[in-house]
Amino acid sequence: MRTKLISAPYTIWMTLFIIVPMGLVAVFAFTDKSGAFTLDNILRVGQYSNVFLRSILLGAVATAISLLLGYPLAYIISKAKASRQSIMVMLVMLPMWMNFLLRTYAWMSLLEDNGLINNLLVAIGLPRVHMINTAGAVVLGMVYNYIPYMILPIYSVLAKIDNSVIEAAQDLGANGVKVFLKVVLPMSMSGVISGVTMVFVPAVSTFIISKMLGGGGNLLIGDLIDMQFLGSAYNPNLGSAISLVLMVIIMICMGIMNQFDDDEENMGGGMLL
Amino acid sequence: MNKKPIITLKDIAVSFDGEQVLKNFNLTIGDGEFVTLLGPSGCGKTTVLRTIGGFVRPDSGDVFFGGKKINDVPPHKRAVNTVFQKYALFPHLNVYENIAFGMRLKGKKEDEIKKTVTEMLHMVNLNGMAHRGVGQLSGGQQQRVAIARALANDPKILLLDEPLSALDLKLRKDMQSELKKIQQAIGITFIFVTHDQEEALSMSDTVVVMDKGEIQQIGSPIDIYNEPTNAFVADFIGESNILDGMMIDDYLVEVAGQRFKSLDSGFGKMKPVDIVIRPEDIDIVPTGSASAHVNGEVTSVTFKGVHYEIIVDVDGFKWMIQTTDSASVGDHIGLALTPDDIHVMAKSVYSGTMGDYSSFSDEMGEALQESSEEVTEDAD
Repeated sequence: MRTKLISAPYTIWMTLFIIVPMGLVAVFAFTDKSGAFTLDNILRVGQYSNVFLRSILLGAVATAISLLLGYPLAYIISKAKASRQSIMVMLVMLPMWMNFLLRTYAWMSLLEDNGLINNLLVAIGLPRVHMINTAGAVVLGMVYNYIPYMILPIYSVLAKIDNSVIEAAQDLGANGVKVFLKVVLPMSMSGVISGVTMVFVPAVSTFIISKMLGGGGNLLIGDLIDMQFLGSAYNPNLGSAISLVLMVIIMICMGIMNQFDDDEENMGGGMLL
Repeated sequence: MNKKPIITLKDIAVSFDGEQVLKNFNLTIGDGEFVTLLGPSGCGKTTVLRTIGGFVRPDSGDVFFGGKKINDVPPHKRAVNTVFQKYALFPHLNVYENIAFGMRLKGKKEDEIKKTVTEMLHMVNLNGMAHRGVGQLSGGQQQRVAIARALANDPKILLLDEPLSALDLKLRKDMQSELKKIQQAIGITFIFVTHDQEEALSMSDTVVVMDKGEIQQIGSPIDIYNEPTNAFVADFIGESNILDGMMIDDYLVEVAGQRFKSLDSGFGKMKPVDIVIRPEDIDIVPTGSASAHVNGEVTSVTFKGVHYEIIVDVDGFKWMIQTTDSASVGDHIGLALTPDDIHVMAKSVYSGTMGDYSSFSDEMGEALQESSEEVTEDAD
């Protein structure tokens, strides 16, 4: 009874600002301008399959790069002295204290054809490289902005692995590589899965990064939705339909991810908790 | 120790962050022995075990395994397996895979692995548990898996780091006798670390009593109990009244103002010594009677089930007596001693610091032990 009372404000808040808006999105998606039921919007989403594919591809590439860069760093942090660990974690989070837009603007001025990097290249006698407004720049922006969300969950899982478990593996005959592959990596899968989810989801639906670093040629789902609500192609019904489809895709992705996680739990991950 | 030595530690010194944990440590362990390293927390016993396991590199000194120097051999290449204090099972693997872990690394065939795992499960009484997750097991079952996992690797030596300390009393007793049985059945060397003296006495062939990084005494459980070499050992193993005495001559000792025939010799004439008298060896007689060597007043009586534990104030020094005779607080009683009861020890750094029960309480003894725990034991 008491917990119900305490949770009441949260329940009300969530109903008002999460459940109701989602319902509204669904309603918009299945109606036309006059408010009559239609499947047109959903069917029209199919036209943008190339945008969906590009979003998922770039999001997946950015997630993979974040994982490849972030896992070793998380591992190094977890192996550092306790006093050094907190400093390193702070350094990982430090960029997040700076405004997201500002950080992305900074990359614009670095990557521009007349930007800092190209000027530097010219100064040392190398040719200019076209970097801004490419898919690569978008991926770079995604990795740069979201990699802390990969590092932190992996780090927190790695830090919790008891050293005696690693010693037990060595004791049973595992060398450094085997210890990592057979004990550390499987035991840190739950962190990897949260990291992947936390990077992939915002990367797939971003619109600022693609707008600022991708130019017009790298339209992502986020941009498409943005255009339906604020841009020239004003059509909230279509925008809602795209949002809904994106949400379903993300839910399927997360469902697959959590499947991995559940397997871990069933095999005795309870020890970690 | 007439068995062939399997492990020899020679002049080992280990320090963590400038703190000396072991110094000039020498120990030889025979093949097939059940050896217990016994001492209070922070005495360096776990460090000895970790040195043998390869997890601690000594600052100086050598470790020999069957006569071969293994200082530079990493843990995964030593024919030694460890049962860790907190079990350290792999949470992402089930019981079967935990036990199979070492064999898989060695590339054993699947049917051989299956056979060994089944054998091991049978040995530790976990038949039918192969496919449980280790998180679903009780503490005692997890401990058994840890033992099976270590033994499945067919080690020459099994190291056990306080493996029973997390279990409740009943389970601990069961596991003690089971471990002893397993050791006798497979005949390999067990090196067991504990701070529980009763555990050490009941399981071991040889007990190594340690304090402050040094060996205080090595011997069979009976030797250690009956012939402690100094006040520390006497106090740590069981209850002891430790008094100042004087060795008048060989076989003649003076203690508590009386002269007794003694079974000990070789201390020299008129030499100050420590005297140990075990509480269970003292008889209560009427005060002032001919056989009463000392007289005192009862200050506390505790019922312990089998016996009473009575604290007697004799001119300010408090004796502990364990007896089946009852007495009441305030009674004046006489204590009778026989030469057999009096064990003479040379004076040591521990003289005068222990063996008086004036501030005695069980809780306090334990609290002191806990607080002396060194960071170094848990340092890595």
